[in-house]
Amino acid sequence: MKSLAELAAIRARMIEQVNLRKDDNIDTRIVVGMATCGIAAGARPVMLEFIEELKRRGIDNVTVAQTGCVGMCRLEPIVEVYVKDQEKVTYVHMTPEKVARVVNDHIVNGRPVEEYTIGAQG
Amino acid sequence: MMRELADNILDIAQNSISARASLVTIEITVSHERDTIGLTFIDDGCGMSQEMARSVCDPFTTTRKTRKVGLGLPLLKMTAQATGGDFSIASELGKGTTVRVSFGLSHIDRPPMGDVPGALFTLVLMNPETDFRFVYDYDGKVFVFDTREIREAVAPVPLDHPEISAWIKDCLVQEINELHGGLFS
Repeated sequence: MKSLAELAAIRARMIEQVNLRKDDNIDTRIVVGMATCGIAAGARPVMLEFIEELKRRGIDNVTVAQTGCVGMCRLEPIVEVYVKDQEKVTYVHMTPEKVARVVNDHIVNGRPVEEYTIGAQG
Repeated sequence: MMRELADNILDIAQNSISARASLVTIEITVSHERDTIGLTFIDDGCGMSQEMARSVCDPFTTTRKTRKVGLGLPLLKMTAQATGGDFSIASELGKGTTVRVSFGLSHIDRPPMGDVPGALFTLVLMNPETDFRFVYDYDGKVFVFDTREIREAVAPVPLDHPEISAWIKDCLVQEINELHGGLFS
């Protein structure tokens, strides 16, 4: 069993850093559709892969959140990316394999992956 | 049809979140002796009327505003019955809701368990204000995970802080795999 003592150590370290991830340093939101339709289409591994990829790259100014059904169930899993001061980009038919490229091209380098978007695939 | 029971767990627990539950208990019971898998969802959310509870397995019943169908519970019930299992729902307005479902463990139509740690982790991470209690009983070996204990240990650091959530994920993966003592699907 992992011990709660480990948690206490993490807590102590976090409090020292004071940087309790304030919402004002978040400038990108990744939103995954997680209603029944999204989950059935495979949204969960997509969301977990976004979290893993952001962790691997040490990116901490991006949040991953979930939303309900946006009414386009046949295009699920749907992922919306909101970069501060830019228009929303909607990716459809997402898979865990596509995640690394979205993070690299779009989140890090600011170039949305056109071929995965609703405009190209819808 | 969900590909994995883990997806059903994630989906059904979402109903409790929508009902503004502060504590959601999910019990998973695997018994090779009885040849069943049982899932129980207990929440202290807003509950529903008897009439609503009777009709929630009709796909044309939903509380969502965007459209007139809801498939979560009907899909779960269908999967249970297709594997020789049972389904029941009990609810009281203002008190909460309990959903119990069972599946035939060795039934050929039973979906694989799938990524249960991933589903439970997703619930905790996406709903950091809600408390969860997971009780996983695998042939009598029991793993209990309660976010209230973790919340208390790390306060004021939130559960969705990257380091805390990484710990939670490792904990769920390790403990559940250990419980299975090898491959279980």
